[in-house]
Amino acid sequence: MAPVATPFFFYVFAGIMLIGGIMVITRKNPVHSALALIVTLLAQASIYLMLYAPFVAGVQIILYAGGIMVLFLFVIMLVSIDRSMKDRQFNSQWIVGAIAAIVLGGLFIAVYMKGMNIFPDHALSIVENDNTQNVATMLYGQYMFAFEIASLLLLVAIIGAVVMAKKRI
Amino acid sequence: MGQIIQYIESYLGSDKTPGAAGNMFWALVYIMLVFVGLSVAVIAMNWLERKILAHMQVRLGPMRVGPHGLLQPIADAIKLLLKEDIIPTEADGFIFWTAPFIVVLAAFTVFVVVPFGPTHAITDMNIGILFMLGVSSLSVLGIVMAGWASNSHYPLIGALRSSAQMVSYEVAMGLAVVSAILMTSLNAEGTGTLSMIGIVQAQLAQGEWFIFKFFPLGLIAFFIFAVAMVAETNRAPFDLAEAESELTAGFHTEYSGFRWSLFFLAEYSAMIAVSSIAVTLWLGGWLRPFPNLLSGATWDQGFSFFPGATFLFFAAMCFFNAARMPKHPLFRIQTIGLAGFGAALGLIGLALFIPAVSVRIQDIFWFAAKVACFMYLYIWYRGTFPRYRFDQLMRMGWKVLLPMGLGVLVLTASVALLQQKIWHP
Repeated sequence: MAPVATPFFFYVFAGIMLIGGIMVITRKNPVHSALALIVTLLAQASIYLMLYAPFVAGVQIILYAGGIMVLFLFVIMLVSIDRSMKDRQFNSQWIVGAIAAIVLGGLFIAVYMKGMNIFPDHALSIVENDNTQNVATMLYGQYMFAFEIASLLLLVAIIGAVVMAKKRI
Repeated sequence: MGQIIQYIESYLGSDKTPGAAGNMFWALVYIMLVFVGLSVAVIAMNWLERKILAHMQVRLGPMRVGPHGLLQPIADAIKLLLKEDIIPTEADGFIFWTAPFIVVLAAFTVFVVVPFGPTHAITDMNIGILFMLGVSSLSVLGIVMAGWASNSHYPLIGALRSSAQMVSYEVAMGLAVVSAILMTSLNAEGTGTLSMIGIVQAQLAQGEWFIFKFFPLGLIAFFIFAVAMVAETNRAPFDLAEAESELTAGFHTEYSGFRWSLFFLAEYSAMIAVSSIAVTLWLGGWLRPFPNLLSGATWDQGFSFFPGATFLFFAAMCFFNAARMPKHPLFRIQTIGLAGFGAALGLIGLALFIPAVSVRIQDIFWFAAKVACFMYLYIWYRGTFPRYRFDQLMRMGWKVLLPMGLGVLVLTASVALLQQKIWHP
């Protein structure tokens, strides 16, 4: 079967991601910004798919687009939009931001120009069929300790949220 | 031209899904078939729901348009399409416009991986069940957008309720699904699968449907899913998002005409989608009843008569009711129509007795029959259960189903380990 991961799709999805990202910071209405962020995240999931990582793509859709962003929207929708539309936006640090962006972009270009040979000269052809199984054996075998620490951190965050939200425990 | 025909024919006789075989033509054909089949199923479901609910409440239901109201859904569809499409002035135009499309997209895209048979699926993904849960969770987004963009109080409250409900029941649902996926790994290699076709094949290989596996653990997981899926689709008794007595119609109050019908379409196809997840995970997908207990050529032969016999039964019902129609000349067209419908069903039934047809169709038939049972359950719930209060709903989700799901998951894992390590080392 011919690979679907052609450069054409990469450019399409990368373009969607860029447009979405720009929309996130330029829209005045926070709900529009959040929706643009969702578009960006979905395009990112498609790029994961192109990298033969279907599991990561699926998790990206469930967690970010389906879970976290819905909670985001939830909060934003309860805020008075009219007032925030008239407010000045918090972009007084744009000079610092621009410098940081230029430096980061320069770094990327430098890496691309200097270290051409670290990039593979052809597309990867990993068999997609057992991606999920490989992720599972890695997570629960080789990287067990790191995985458990990450879940402990999340548990602490959950308990912290409950403690802060509840008046009387 | 010859090349095209060769390309089309190259797929025939392969034992893969068109997506896995990479055949674009047949993938398109399957997509069209699924789309048409779903739309017909939604139309039929609309009629059945009104009719069955009516009979449960000792009413007749729609009787005027067509024999026994058979053409009522078509009349409804025409009415909806001809209605004026109103967008409130204060609404956020673009979001109001896109919300119904997102809900419909999420509800229909899911069917890409639904396995109607070992080869009858559009494609089989490595992450099948994850894809289904993920994409169907995107429909929350459409509902929230619709509720907010309407810029009105009832839709906003309805959308908030609905999304809170869907987000909380997704957790319990996910745990139930994980305990079923865990059961797929009980084979020689010890690796499970997320692919929808793989899950059904695991049930075939292990010789039992997962609902009966590790009794009663599989049954409890199935029960959790069956409750959570009603809440996920915002149906009675969990239809707080559109509680008529409190919120007029919930998140789609401001929608009318075509856009409203899109929400309607999405709701019913989402119901079919979650039912097919339940059928695939616990009820053996396309497998006929007792594939292992009553195996052998004779039983295979016997069960292959089932699809045709079912259609013939419905045809007989149609003829019976046509004979019972009032003899008044006003009813003549309706009687002829009902008899014609019966004749069509009978012809389909007879065609299903041809071995070449029945071999290809019976997988789809068993899958559809199992899904149809769930659809009937949905109507039954709606006819019999009173609506829950919102705090009861939340308590049920977080304090009953979630701990139960966690417990079942841990128990299933322990029993599976015991079975692999001790009983069958």
